Amino acid sequence: MSESSIGRVVEEVAREFGRERWRLMDIARGVQQRLGCVNSQAMDAIASWLNISRVEVEGFVTFYSFLSKEPKGRIVIRLCDDVIDQMAGYEEVRRGFEAALGISLGQTTPDGAFTLERTACIGMCDQGPAALVNDVVVTNLSSDKARNIVRSLRENPRPERLVQRFGSGNNAHPLVRSMVENNIRKAGPIVFSEQARGEAIRKAVAIRPAEVIRAIKTARLRGRGGAGFPAGMKWEFARAAEGSPKYVICNADEGEPGTFKDRVLLTEMPDRVFAGLTIAGYAIGASEGIVYLRAEYAYLRRYLEHILDRRRADGLLGQKICGKAGFNFDIRIQMGAGAYICGEETALINSCEGRRGEPRTRPPFPAQRGYLDCPTVVNNVETLACVTRIMEAGPATFCEHGTPQSSGTKLLSVSGDCSLPGVYEVPMGITLRDVLEMCGADEAAAVQVGGPSREMVGPAQYGRTIDYDDLATGGAVLVFGPDRSIPKIVSAFMDFFVHESCGECTPCRVGTRLIKEQIDRILAGRGEPKDIDELLQLGETIKQTSRCGLGQASPNPVLMTIKGFRHVYEELVSPDPHGYQRSFDLTESVREAERIAGRRSIHHREVRT
Amino acid sequence: MSKPRLATCSLAGCFGCHMSILDIDERILELAEVIQFHKSPITDIKTFTEHCRIGLVEGGCANEENVEVLRAFRRNCDILVSMGDCATMGGIPALRNFVEIEECLREAYVDGPSTHNPDGVIPRDIELPLLLDKVRPAHEVVRMDYFLPGCPPSADTIWAAVTALLSESPVDLPYPLVKYD
Repeated sequence: MSESSIGRVVEEVAREFGRERWRLMDIARGVQQRLGCVNSQAMDAIASWLNISRVEVEGFVTFYSFLSKEPKGRIVIRLCDDVIDQMAGYEEVRRGFEAALGISLGQTTPDGAFTLERTACIGMCDQGPAALVNDVVVTNLSSDKARNIVRSLRENPRPERLVQRFGSGNNAHPLVRSMVENNIRKAGPIVFSEQARGEAIRKAVAIRPAEVIRAIKTARLRGRGGAGFPAGMKWEFARAAEGSPKYVICNADEGEPGTFKDRVLLTEMPDRVFAGLTIAGYAIGASEGIVYLRAEYAYLRRYLEHILDRRRADGLLGQKICGKAGFNFDIRIQMGAGAYICGEETALINSCEGRRGEPRTRPPFPAQRGYLDCPTVVNNVETLACVTRIMEAGPATFCEHGTPQSSGTKLLSVSGDCSLPGVYEVPMGITLRDVLEMCGADEAAAVQVGGPSREMVGPAQYGRTIDYDDLATGGAVLVFGPDRSIPKIVSAFMDFFVHESCGECTPCRVGTRLIKEQIDRILAGRGEPKDIDELLQLGETIKQTSRCGLGQASPNPVLMTIKGFRHVYEELVSPDPHGYQRSFDLTESVREAERIAGRRSIHHREVRT
Repeated sequence: MSKPRLATCSLAGCFGCHMSILDIDERILELAEVIQFHKSPITDIKTFTEHCRIGLVEGGCANEENVEVLRAFRRNCDILVSMGDCATMGGIPALRNFVEIEECLREAYVDGPSTHNPDGVIPRDIELPLLLDKVRPAHEVVRMDYFLPGCPPSADTIWAAVTALLSESPVDLPYPLVKYD
């Protein structure tokens, strides 16, 4: 493509978003979509249109995995390689795609038609192995299906044609048309209760904003993303904060491997989520809301836009909402571009502003200075759905469920070795044992509650409860049967952190890699007893010295499993009788020199004395 | 009772640490009173014939011979000390870790501006130990017991460490001995 036509594309896209610097995400995504990459000329052009430095654009583009400097194929196949998909047969699927395309992972076919990549969890663990074909989700893959997909894409390069049977519920909606299944195994009394569109907002605007906040505080609603910060308190801070305008953001960047409940919520209950965001806006005095939707869920975008349009038409968004004079509020959807860390609220705010999704140093907290340096509330999708229900049915009804410290229900995304993977709405305080029974995990040998950054527990601890006092979770429950190797699972989790570390601080950038190498050495039978304690020491160092939550959580897979399953590691390690480091492999180390010299190393003849 | 034996070696190092040993000057006589030098460049003893109390290792491992020597030290010494920055961290030789070894060899033997090698042969004689893919500090190859930083550690540092190890008192080096700025 010629330089002038690249310039034209960039100009068009930049104009579409008002040449605003803070819309860099949309601009870069637009350019990526039209050109198949954001190459050097495109970056120069973007920089000059937005009047920012070239390095800012480059830093941005290289941060996000859905943006690329190198040209991608017209169809990008992104294979999800999280641990659950690996258990479900990722390797065979990968080989199937590689064979059919004649390229290996990370490559593009010579004709520029296909790129094959790996990607972190795309939120389809209950129907894996799964992949994204451009924006289209394909699930329950096998090597046969992989070959068929390639064949049909060669015949007709429109990924949407791959969907022959629609999934349940709104996945069959004309604007979604996806094969994704909801797998709602248990609909509870709050999030999945009967919807009464508009009722919650009408009730909210009938009372003063401070009273709305009081209702949320009375319900003792805590953040459903996992951290559990009291939602009412967060709103109160933002309401009291100086500065305007104020913003509310819905965090739909569900990236924790093994979590997919927000996907189902957005598919089936989008009105309830948008209502919650609107109520949050009313409560803190905001007139603009943003839904930050992860790039992996782009297939839901047109449908969600349609729901927003319908709400505008019904007077639930826009000017004078529900007739309330002075309450004007609208919502826009901000797409992400594939970065796990953007689920952290300050990173998410940076990303919304068209910056690298790196966490900010706190304070100031977003409630004081967030999006565009204005007071901002960021709430999880599920939290907002709870807000709506609290306004509908009252705080007392909400508190009837759960425990005093953790009121309400919790959505769990259950996947792995169980017969009924899917979404469960359970009361807070439920024991893990009850959850496992519900999902048909009779033989669970270990359960990762809350995804890689949280805790892995064994059978002796199945009596523990899922709530903010014990096993706090954003919703992921990964079940592992007795045949699974825990260090292997940990190795897969570490792959994830190695890939997602932004690289800014050394403990996380280097430490995650060191842990990964050490675990792999242990798995290869080259571990020594001292390695286990070294791993603990390294993990503690990373935890204490990393700047953001990702880094602090990154050693958790290894720390938690050594704590709970030390014997598994001990069985894999042994000391060297001579005091040699078993991690050092002389044969491997001289292989390259042997090739260059064209002879074998004499050490092959070495006899130990 | 026979005197405890001490062995030293220089692997991928510059012999600077050994020069620093010699810098203990006349104290070497004092040292000879209480220890016996065994395998060492100083004595020119090539192989271990007896077990040693202390082994001082200069340099990291850059080739297979370094590995073999270091492993022999591990087998034959009770206490192994990484002496100097190369043994401790890889040091200057480890700068080549950022370059493929084929490129290193070509630069040294073929492409270097002062090289005259019309046949473009990279030496491959069986006498020449093969390079490792990466230069490694000593403790990545065998277990090491003590680390003496410094490039080189001063004679006083080495003296203090060796005398402490011989007297079996804790090796507690005063700050000035390990301060390098």
